[in-house]
Amino acid sequence: MSKHSAALAAITITAAVTLSACGVGGGGSSDAKTVTVMTHDSWAAPAELIKKFEKDSGYTVKIQTAGDAGELTNKLILSKDNPSADVVFGIDNTLGIRAVDAGVFRPYSSAKATDQAKSLALPGADDDLTAIDYGDVCLNVDNGWFASHGLAAPTSLDDLIKPEYRDLLVTPSAVTSSPGTAFFLATVAKYGENGWQGYWTKLRDNGVKITSGWTDAYSVDFSGGEGKGSRPIVVSYASSPPFTIPKGGGEPTTSAVLSTCFRQIEYAGVVKGTDNTKGAEAFIDFISEPAFQKSIPDNMYMYPASGAALPADWAKYAPLATDPLTVDPSTIAAKRDGWLKEWADVTTG
Amino acid sequence: MSTRVRAARPGAPAWLLVLIAAVPLCFLAVFFLLPVGGMLHRGFFADGALDLSGFTETLARARIRRLVWLTIAQSGLASAISVVLGVPVAYCLYRLSFPGQAVLRAIVTMPFVLPTIVVGVAFRTLLSEAGPLGFLGLDGTWTAIILGLVFFNISVVARTVGVAWQGLGSRAEESASSLGAAPLTVFRTITLPALRPAILSAASVVFLFCATSFGVVLTLGGLRYGTIETEIYLQTAHFLDLKTAAVLSVVQLVVVLALLAVIERARRTTTTRASTGRSSRRRPAAAEWPVLGVTAGVVLFLLAPIASLVGRSLQKDGAWTLANYAALGTTGAGNALLVTVWQALQVSLVIAANATVIAVLLGVLVAFVVSRATQTRTGRRWVSAFDAAFMLPLGVSAVTVGFGFFITLNHPPLDLRTSSVLVPIAQATVALPLVVRTITPALTQIDDRARQAAMVLGASYGRALLTVDLPVVWRPLLAAAGFAAAVSMGEFGATSFLARADNPTLPVVIYRLISRPDAENFGMAMAASVVLALVTVALMGLVDRLGVGAVGTF
Repeated sequence: MSKHSAALAAITITAAVTLSACGVGGGGSSDAKTVTVMTHDSWAAPAELIKKFEKDSGYTVKIQTAGDAGELTNKLILSKDNPSADVVFGIDNTLGIRAVDAGVFRPYSSAKATDQAKSLALPGADDDLTAIDYGDVCLNVDNGWFASHGLAAPTSLDDLIKPEYRDLLVTPSAVTSSPGTAFFLATVAKYGENGWQGYWTKLRDNGVKITSGWTDAYSVDFSGGEGKGSRPIVVSYASSPPFTIPKGGGEPTTSAVLSTCFRQIEYAGVVKGTDNTKGAEAFIDFISEPAFQKSIPDNMYMYPASGAALPADWAKYAPLATDPLTVDPSTIAAKRDGWLKEWADVTTG
Repeated sequence: MSTRVRAARPGAPAWLLVLIAAVPLCFLAVFFLLPVGGMLHRGFFADGALDLSGFTETLARARIRRLVWLTIAQSGLASAISVVLGVPVAYCLYRLSFPGQAVLRAIVTMPFVLPTIVVGVAFRTLLSEAGPLGFLGLDGTWTAIILGLVFFNISVVARTVGVAWQGLGSRAEESASSLGAAPLTVFRTITLPALRPAILSAASVVFLFCATSFGVVLTLGGLRYGTIETEIYLQTAHFLDLKTAAVLSVVQLVVVLALLAVIERARRTTTTRASTGRSSRRRPAAAEWPVLGVTAGVVLFLLAPIASLVGRSLQKDGAWTLANYAALGTTGAGNALLVTVWQALQVSLVIAANATVIAVLLGVLVAFVVSRATQTRTGRRWVSAFDAAFMLPLGVSAVTVGFGFFITLNHPPLDLRTSSVLVPIAQATVALPLVVRTITPALTQIDDRARQAAMVLGASYGRALLTVDLPVVWRPLLAAAGFAAAVSMGEFGATSFLARADNPTLPVVIYRLISRPDAENFGMAMAASVVLALVTVALMGLVDRLGVGAVGTF
């Protein structure tokens, strides 16, 4: 390496960094013609719909994914003083109050929100958040397995701690997975703030298997999933059964246990400090309108908050719980972290 | 002070070394120290005042102390096993010559580039209760984590040690043999001391990889067997407890620095200089069956998860099919992706090219400075501190760096949060230590008298470097470039924090596909992983071919 080439390398790198800093850099919030949307990894939408919105509104949509719902919330709070996005989608009812309390939203109530969407509003969040979609996290059972083993499928959380269901349940961890957290909250709703510890101790003694994420639980351990695992009960969604309809039609091979469901609701909000409030609001209107709402089941596997029509096999095979288990969002905000740490201790024994 | 006379180096004045050192240091300062410092600042300065109470609180918790020991034990054990298994593999693949060797090299390299989540699923498919190896009862045990870590890292040992071994002259070994030394004695007294620096280098890199790997540990170990790294991830990403995370980051830093100091000491005591000259590659002898047996065992061990992966990529709805591969040209079921898998592959290749150029450029600068052994004790200290500084990014949590980018590089002129340049930069930071560790030994090995001779004959310093250093260094340089490209192709931790949704890399796309709740996307994820591994292995094979008969050594 000669003096010249060293100097050259120095210049190249400096130039690259400087150029990128000036040219390619810059958050979306500095450009009034771009709407930057911060969302979770599960975001999916038909490209035609986004294009149509861009054409109608004149804004360019920039999607910024920020991990799962938990990471999304935390990134939003961490970048509060200098937000990188104009609008956020995907904050749910288990984390919403934490974000609201951190003061990261600018109030907005969309005129496009239907009455049903309004009924899903987050208590205690005022006008900060607009409900976009929702779904139930429930136990799913492998019907074929139970039929061939001459055992009735479980119908309640209580059943899971009975000896005949020993070593049959797999659930993603409450700490590292959002469906895992939801299932944990279902047990809190059912057995109370001081009762879930005992229930989970019994679950542990009854051989519950805990994986780090939903993928692992469903596609490795669940007997009704792709991996043909060994466990016929899994924590998944009320919308999972239609995906197990055999090729060529027929009934799904799995079903959801509707008495064990915890309801997840996902919200959108305008980020406080954005200088493109209009664009952010237009985007929330757009995802509240029927066209986008109808695309939600097939793209994000959730139910449209507006009450838009469901795909045929959903309407038939993916009913929601009539009376889902709930925990007050402010209580969740206040106690969630403590509970999860305690849960980790209880389950690892 | 005769050394001083010998070391008169008219061509490399201190100011030039400092100037050259400044470039990579600036890079490290902006893209590593600044973000990490930002996170530590948030953790330790609650409401503007320094608050170190987190140390006593965090370290008093039995669970945390257990995690610290688990981290050290886990990484130590996994590194030791990787070295013990990797060295015979290095011998077979780089010192012997037999048909099918190129394929074996490819298989051994593959694990290194597979996304951790895919390997996690592949491992769990084998080990879970219903899996073919379920009877071993290893699912969710500490052993499973160690197996996973070894799976990833054998290739690092085999490759770094193999390249060094290839460059070792065989003259000394042959003379020892002809004087009647048994093969094992030859290995112990001649080969091993010569390979020691390479083995230590590989072991330290592997230890750092193990200590900071969190995907494998989370998937295979769950909550029971965490490490400092998984705990930092949980505290930062899920609990937003930056105080605890900052304490853990400092603990992690201390562990890493202690390790680097130990390795540095061990390396310094080795004075054996590798004998250069032609190395001979020969056909395996019958007496070498233990080495061949270990290698065969390792290859089988590496093949099992890969085979389960390939198997799942070729199945859909219970039938054998290529449908998953055909789907790679789509965006997946339910618009799972914003781009097709092929487009993501393209993005990965472009980013890898950029990351490789950055890593190799900076790596050459670092290696240049490190290899100029200075004459004063203080000078040497500076150089070894400088060397260690570039190992740090491997030893510090990707989560801390990722979130750190997010909160520090957010003001003009460095508002890079949403910029795509951060991806190759972050990957280059990870690849840099490997590049430095591959080039430095070759540079160090050049006898300075050769340069002086060139200059006595009238060459300028730069000219001397070109004619003396370049011919020796260019092959290790290629090997380093191949390594850097592979790191970049497979990197997920930092990339997932930084990649833009509309411009994702292949590992990011695979992660997305595998997390979606339907069979179609799962099959696509498996197929995409196979493609990622094949493309990367082909890339590295190409680079290997350029460097055939490499003379550069550790």
